[in-house]
Amino acid sequence: MNRSLERHLNILEFTLSSLSRRKAKNLSLLTIYLLVVFILASLVFFVTALKREAGIILQDAPDIVVQRLVAGRQDLVPASYAGEIGAIRGVTAVRPRLWGYYYDGLIGANYTVMASDEATASSDRATIGSGIAKARNLAVGDLLPLITYQKAPLMLEISTILPAGSDLMAADLIVVAPGDFRTLFNFPVGQATDLAISVRNPKEIGTIAAKIVELFPESRPVLKNEILRTYQSLFDWRGGMTIVILASALLSFIIFAWDKATGLSAEERREIGILKSIGWETGDVLLLKFWEGIVISLTAFLLGVILAYGHVFFLSAPIFTQALKGWSIIYPRFQLIPVVDALQLSVLFFLTVVPYTTATVVPCWRAATTDPDAAMRS
Amino acid sequence: MILNPATLALQITALLVAAMGIYAGYYGVRILAKWDLGSGSEGQLELERRTYLISTIMSCILVFELMSLFLYVYTADSLHTLFTGAMCAAGTLAVNSFGYPVLILKVVNFVLAGVWLIVNLTDNRGYDYPLIRIKYELLNLLVPLLVLESCLLFAYFAGVKPDIITSCCGSLFSNESKGLSGDLAALPPATMITVFFASMAVTLISGLWLYLKRSGGYLFSLAATATFAVSLASLISFICLYFYELPTHHCPFCLLQKEYHYIGYLLYASLFSGGVAGIGVGVLMPFRKVASLATIIPILQRRLTLISIVCYLLFTLITVWKMYSSALKL
Amino acid sequence: MIELVSISKIFNSGKPNQFTAVNNVSLNIEPQQITILKGPSGSGKTSLLTMIGCMARPTSGRIFLQGVAAALPYQQDGGEAIEITSLPERFLNDIRRATFGFIFQQFNLIKGISVLENVMLPAYPTGERRVDFRARAEELLELFNIGRHAGKRVDDLSGGELQRVAIARALINNPSIIIADEPTAHLDSKLSHEFMEIVARLKGEGRTILIASHDPIVYDAPLIDRLVEMRDGAVVEEGSTQ
Repeated sequence: MNRSLERHLNILEFTLSSLSRRKAKNLSLLTIYLLVVFILASLVFFVTALKREAGIILQDAPDIVVQRLVAGRQDLVPASYAGEIGAIRGVTAVRPRLWGYYYDGLIGANYTVMASDEATASSDRATIGSGIAKARNLAVGDLLPLITYQKAPLMLEISTILPAGSDLMAADLIVVAPGDFRTLFNFPVGQATDLAISVRNPKEIGTIAAKIVELFPESRPVLKNEILRTYQSLFDWRGGMTIVILASALLSFIIFAWDKATGLSAEERREIGILKSIGWETGDVLLLKFWEGIVISLTAFLLGVILAYGHVFFLSAPIFTQALKGWSIIYPRFQLIPVVDALQLSVLFFLTVVPYTTATVVPCWRAATTDPDAAMRS
Repeated sequence: MILNPATLALQITALLVAAMGIYAGYYGVRILAKWDLGSGSEGQLELERRTYLISTIMSCILVFELMSLFLYVYTADSLHTLFTGAMCAAGTLAVNSFGYPVLILKVVNFVLAGVWLIVNLTDNRGYDYPLIRIKYELLNLLVPLLVLESCLLFAYFAGVKPDIITSCCGSLFSNESKGLSGDLAALPPATMITVFFASMAVTLISGLWLYLKRSGGYLFSLAATATFAVSLASLISFICLYFYELPTHHCPFCLLQKEYHYIGYLLYASLFSGGVAGIGVGVLMPFRKVASLATIIPILQRRLTLISIVCYLLFTLITVWKMYSSALKL
Repeated sequence: MIELVSISKIFNSGKPNQFTAVNNVSLNIEPQQITILKGPSGSGKTSLLTMIGCMARPTSGRIFLQGVAAALPYQQDGGEAIEITSLPERFLNDIRRATFGFIFQQFNLIKGISVLENVMLPAYPTGERRVDFRARAEELLELFNIGRHAGKRVDDLSGGELQRVAIARALINNPSIIIADEPTAHLDSKLSHEFMEIVARLKGEGRTILIASHDPIVYDAPLIDRLVEMRDGAVVEEGSTQ
């Protein structure tokens, strides 16, 4: 055991000196390797963090949201449904929700307008998200003019601006009193946009949803975990798609690595020839090449991952925002919560180090099986 | 089809492993056809050089197979939320008929690759490549299995569709689809406890006997192999229950999660190491009489026996400790 | 003792540029003697040396080593003489590392690392402790009066100094047989005589020396025991000198 350890250490030492003797070649390889790890790691961290955020946010979503469909399209839900649904065993609360989208022609943005369900909500006052505040340059106490569907102005005094930390959910949100909501949209009394249902036992959700559909065949209950799943799939898909697009970059890197490994300079060949002629066996030279690969892979991997961490969690991943976050006029600016786990790191390992190692196995072997005979004659 | 960085990574790796396997297998066949140690011709020298390449490739494959085994389970676990009724990795794997076969093949291929490397190590110590035929015939067995595993993996991921919201029917399929629970078919705990401790005892005792008295290699190896299978079944049947403290949760994968302090890794690592080492002892038994290996094989076998005993002992100790300290009493 | 029986080495066999480097040579190298292979370049001296030194396998024929059993941990049955021709590379290598030390025509030192490291290199893969072989390397450098160059790059040394580094490296694993291929090719007369003095010293330590050379300073030296002349891959005449 000791002999084996000594052998590894000695050869490792020679590996390090050998790598430093060919700085230019190894640095260029390291840089490209690092870049590939960096891009993939940024991608993986970003997608995973977004998924997690979505998951956390959706924890507070209602267990079931009941919508009503007319000819396949969403229509308003009569608030009277609440009574019958509330009577289903297992349902703890039914809350009619009023919300919708308001198009602001001034800046070409859509706001989400929601009626507050607090009894104390006062008319002519609104709480807005920080995205709107920024886009329209508003502060607390300012007036926000909206145009109702009857072409009359509705002036709302800004009472609160939601903190930037809530941006992911509320950047484009306006919370108003129910009366103002109905005025703004000419919303019929007795109707709601949808119904939010709370259920006592999560295992019963499916059964209750089925009962709702039985009661009201034109309704569509949307379950919380379905939304969760859909979001997850969406992020997964986007992440996966981007990797597929990056596949050509990955492939180029592999070819580059293979080329570097095959193209030994004359000096390198001479060195290996000398090593073999003074008593190093093929296995020893293979070990040398193996350590070279490990040192380069580990360095590139660690540095790439660390840089990606900084890129995504400190700088909010400027490189990927366009492709992955979707597109809109008001964009939430948010800091993602760092989450790095073993799964992500193994995925990165398999996407980078494994192809690199595979590509360099044959060239390393070829280098290691150089005939020492040739060294005698040089 | 789930397009996800993790599933992509698994599929790329499967492709690379299959490709490397076929490459190694091709040269393995050439070596079987043309090997002639006595000749000094350039062809023979070239073949001898190739053997280094093949053993390097096999080492890579072993490492990749082991890591991808855990990645596979982890990925399945992270995907379980996409399927109604799936509680953990066990549910995800049950989504179509390829999930579990892939897992089983990964374990089998890992064990075979481990055994191959043991045979290779032994062969290298003999001055006339005594085991070369066996080695490459074993390779011929392993390569198709690797390719099969990759194909099944692709089939699995191709056939997997997440249960997401479709345009109109929202939630109701969850009532119609079959439940995919984490309860795997498990053998009755009481019987398994007896069988497990019995087989462990036989293995440890015969191993100690082999180590000290240098006889009984076949017995030990058979016991070790049987114990490997029994232990895997026991993990599902009763061992995991003590960790989860739930009499109905039979999932072998949740042990690998953070909630259980990743104890699963230690359990599986010790079990696999013990199993491969034990099987290795048996594989080497028929060759003790070969001239060039007469002195080497007993030494190697002793080492392997020791590794196997220590690993199995570790596995048993963890099990016993948990049985004793768990809140659940069966 | 080293016994060669009908050794041949053919390159590019079967192709139009097939070339026979060594043609059916049978030879015995006696232990603890200095044997010189004399002949012009292209006569097959270098190829023969690589085969004797376990660096290459002959295309046909057999080589037997006697009295070097210690190098091979797992004995073949049949007495002391070991046939090395059909041994796998790693065994050949084990024997070579323990038994032979090589001095090359071009010295074959690695640029960019120090003299001391160059001398220690052959010992790296043996698994010996670094402190042990480092001490030995420093001792050897002192022995050849180049201890003060231990930390320098090889690029900074003169021809004679490089020669001595090469000899020190050949001795790091304490081999019983030294093989040198045209060792005086890049040395002037004074340094060539110095080299032969070192050879005499090595012989005095009980080592076997095998040198290929077409330098008269080498093959006319009084201390050599045996002269083997080669031409076109075959032995022309053997003679021993007093």
